[in-house]
Amino acid sequence: MLRQLVDIFTSLKLTIICLAAGMALIFAGTLAQVHLGIHEAQQRYFQSMFVWWPPDTRGFQIPIFPGGHLIGAVLLVNLIAAHLKRFRWNWRKLGIHLTHAGLIIMLAGGLFTDLFAVESHMRLSHGDTRNYSEDMRETELAVIDTSGDDLDQVTTIPESVLRHNRVIDHWSLPFRIAVRSFYQNSRLKMLSQAGEGAQPIANQGPGAMIAVEPVARATAADERDVPSAAIEILPKDGGSLGTWLVSDALGAPQTFACGGRTWMLTLRPSRYYKPYSVTLQKFMHEKYAGTEIPKNFASKVTLIDPERSVNRDVLIYMNHPLRYRGETFYQAGFQKDDSATILQVVHNPSFIAPYMACVIVAAGLLVQFGFHLVRFSRQRRKAIA
Amino acid sequence: MKRFLPWIILAAAVGCIAANWLPSKTARDDFDFSRFGEIPVLVGGRVKPLDTVARNSLLIIHGKQELRLESGKRLSAMQWLADVLFNAPVADQYPVFVVQNADVLGLFGWQQSDRKYFSFADFSPFLKQIDEQAAQSDKLEAVQRSAYQSAILNLRNGLSLYQRLKNSIQPEGAENFTAELQGFASSVPGAATAARQRAMGENFDKAKLDDVAAMIQRYERLSEMAYVLAVPPNELDDEWHSVGNSLLRSVRIGEIHPVVIEYAVIGDAYRANDQPLFNQHAQFVTDWFAREQPNTTKRSSFEFLFNRLQPFSQSMTLYVLAFLLACGSWLGWSSLLRRSAFYVLLLALAIHTFGLVSRMYLQERPPVTNLYSSAIFIGWGAVIVALILERIFRDGIGAACAGAIGFVTLIIAHHLAGSGDTLEMLQAVLDTNIWLATHVVAITTGYSAMFLAGMLAIIYVVRGVFTTSLEKQTADSLARMTYGVVCFATLFSFVGTVLGGIWADQSWGRFWGWDPKENGAVLIVLWCAIILHARWGGFIRQRGLMIMALFGNIVTSFSWFGVNMLGVGLHSYGFMQKAFPWLVGFMISQLALMAIAAMPLEKWRSFGPARVPTRGDQPQIPAPLPAGQAPTH
Repeated sequence: MLRQLVDIFTSLKLTIICLAAGMALIFAGTLAQVHLGIHEAQQRYFQSMFVWWPPDTRGFQIPIFPGGHLIGAVLLVNLIAAHLKRFRWNWRKLGIHLTHAGLIIMLAGGLFTDLFAVESHMRLSHGDTRNYSEDMRETELAVIDTSGDDLDQVTTIPESVLRHNRVIDHWSLPFRIAVRSFYQNSRLKMLSQAGEGAQPIANQGPGAMIAVEPVARATAADERDVPSAAIEILPKDGGSLGTWLVSDALGAPQTFACGGRTWMLTLRPSRYYKPYSVTLQKFMHEKYAGTEIPKNFASKVTLIDPERSVNRDVLIYMNHPLRYRGETFYQAGFQKDDSATILQVVHNPSFIAPYMACVIVAAGLLVQFGFHLVRFSRQRRKAIA
Repeated sequence: MKRFLPWIILAAAVGCIAANWLPSKTARDDFDFSRFGEIPVLVGGRVKPLDTVARNSLLIIHGKQELRLESGKRLSAMQWLADVLFNAPVADQYPVFVVQNADVLGLFGWQQSDRKYFSFADFSPFLKQIDEQAAQSDKLEAVQRSAYQSAILNLRNGLSLYQRLKNSIQPEGAENFTAELQGFASSVPGAATAARQRAMGENFDKAKLDDVAAMIQRYERLSEMAYVLAVPPNELDDEWHSVGNSLLRSVRIGEIHPVVIEYAVIGDAYRANDQPLFNQHAQFVTDWFAREQPNTTKRSSFEFLFNRLQPFSQSMTLYVLAFLLACGSWLGWSSLLRRSAFYVLLLALAIHTFGLVSRMYLQERPPVTNLYSSAIFIGWGAVIVALILERIFRDGIGAACAGAIGFVTLIIAHHLAGSGDTLEMLQAVLDTNIWLATHVVAITTGYSAMFLAGMLAIIYVVRGVFTTSLEKQTADSLARMTYGVVCFATLFSFVGTVLGGIWADQSWGRFWGWDPKENGAVLIVLWCAIILHARWGGFIRQRGLMIMALFGNIVTSFSWFGVNMLGVGLHSYGFMQKAFPWLVGFMISQLALMAIAAMPLEKWRSFGPARVPTRGDQPQIPAPLPAGQAPTH
């Protein structure tokens, strides 16, 4: 039994099956991007154990194809197992060993990146200073106690919790938060402009004059969902303060009073705080003369890190990111009128893996094929002679 | 005598090319369009000769680099451009705009007939309507547009380019622009005085001011419309300007740029049909540029030469010739024809290389910067590898592959050039020569090798199934070549793909983003890995290898073109509706070849029963496989 299992996991057939399944998956996943958008297709096909059908997550689903994680993991096991079993040191096999060792590093690194890398954005207008970056998709409900003299106490509730329309009870708050409705993607309209019969979902703040329409999830790479929710505040000593509309589309936070303190309530992109801050000095956007073709984007920023006594100016531009304390800042975009820059902030602890893997595999392939070539031309010469 | 055949063929080929390359003499009493076409201008962010502007504009609008009038007379791109720039009423009558979509024609109440070229004058009553319709389809993504919407948008873009061209050097319809400029120059100082007086609250001459104000309005419109920036930088400022803009600036500077005046004289001479004056001033301008802007001029005169030599179409012809010679070598006179093919290929490759290197010089970039140049480079790489194979095996196979791939890739490039300037400036993210030189070159070299392997497989199948010429030795050689080329493809595709990941990591922090183009590249790597492992594991033999190499053609063409047609992702440079049927056709043809190759071996003419018993060299490598084991996995 065990022997059969070992045979299966070390077989070349399994390798070929995995590779072929990988091709089919990538092909299908690429075509799916046309309708689903890159992010959704990626989640469904590549960053999953199985591809499920029908795609609607609410109903009954059956797995119809192995997903990227499963294929990658089986391939990784197959690679390692085959090499453990057959490994015999031999100079002539050097190329093959190197190639596969590099592939193991690459696959493992890829898996690691999928699990641990975090990508976020930092949007800076001229002169802005920020010590946090924002998630590109996830939002959070922030409840801020502003009554402290020079310190705000912030309690955040991630979107994944809001989605389930639950009542949230947190020890730091003198009230409970009931999620009355949640929209993954929505459009807000003033009641006066919405059609007849439109009802507000809140009765406090500006939300009482706004109608919320659910819309299909965003698929284009440059669009993001606009989540909205109706939040009821229930003081722990009984009663209700009313229902507020919170939405990513609403700008300023809303305030209310409870337990003798003033609170702010806002649904905003999830934040990742950093022990240092970045200030935008200048954003530059060059175009080729007489055209609208962008030639270069660059952001001149000041990096201030009191902990490490760093205070310096940095130029971030295309293909020249800033790497600092395990995070990398890239010039990702800009506001249409050039008034703000958008930096992509990436935390990827395994970013070095592909670099190593590339060198090792390339060396391996060169040795292997070079060896073939030499042997072939020697035979050829003998045949001619 | 016979043994000189290869040399005779080579000499004939050289002779033909040289005849094509000799400059055509301009008669003394004719407009010297080549002199005029050499003048450098700035368009699309790049300094190029007017000749390039003419060719690219005509290509965008008309689909060809030459215009044939209804009278049968042919106009070169430069002749057409001269009319557009200086003699708009005449140019408006030329049938340059291509419209084939019946719905677009119906919009104007026209029926679809055998006529597909229309003049600007034909459309002039409908300009507003066209603009409105196009604005609607402009809101959609390229992928979402219907045929009608793409066609109307194309027409609008062509018309707008044409109108901008007409207003590039002088206001459309100007009669005597030289005199107009003289008047402008003489009235500007008076107007400046008047303006100053007005500002100070003194008495001023209103007529003088109004005169110039009307001119300024005219030149503002000219500067908004201009497509060509014709006025070069000078010591006062370091930017190129359009004629209109330069005239507006001259109000402040106090003098009109000499190039503007020269253009005016040239234009007036053209309208007056005064060839000597036209030629004399065209010469003045080129001399002026050579003196004042030596570096710019050197590059743009070279580009002018490059346009005239058309190296890629010359080598395309030679590749066809070589392919025919190589195929002929399998029928008879083998060694002579094979050598002839080899020499012709060397000549074709030399010209191809000249073209490739010229583009690199003109653009100051590594060879591959867009889809067009990838086609040029894929052909080039494949031809070199195929020639090496020919040198080693000396059986005409490498030569046939080189000819076929060289020709097909150049044809593809020719059709990709329709969108205009193939030496366009690069988007900011691509503006890095290191990655263009490594990642892009490695990936495209991988494509070359995959197509070469596929071509070898095509030869194997066609010769094996349809002819009796595939002997054991040839079959073995083909298998060896294919295997070697697949190894080569694996190396380059893998390295190229990973380098792409590293570039992505460098420029936006994501090693792998599942972008369609990345996925296409990894499909090739996976397919190569499958072929190699299947062969090492003994799951496939010679024929299996060939069938898999044929499928490699499909994978590679999907990766090269197919993913761009999806219209998503960071690499989707231009959606190409027109290429779609060709791509599908190519894929189907490859599937058909795979099906043919999967036929039982007795049906192959080269391996058929009639041939088996006579030879001791059976089993012909693709020996019948044990029952239950398919030849391919």
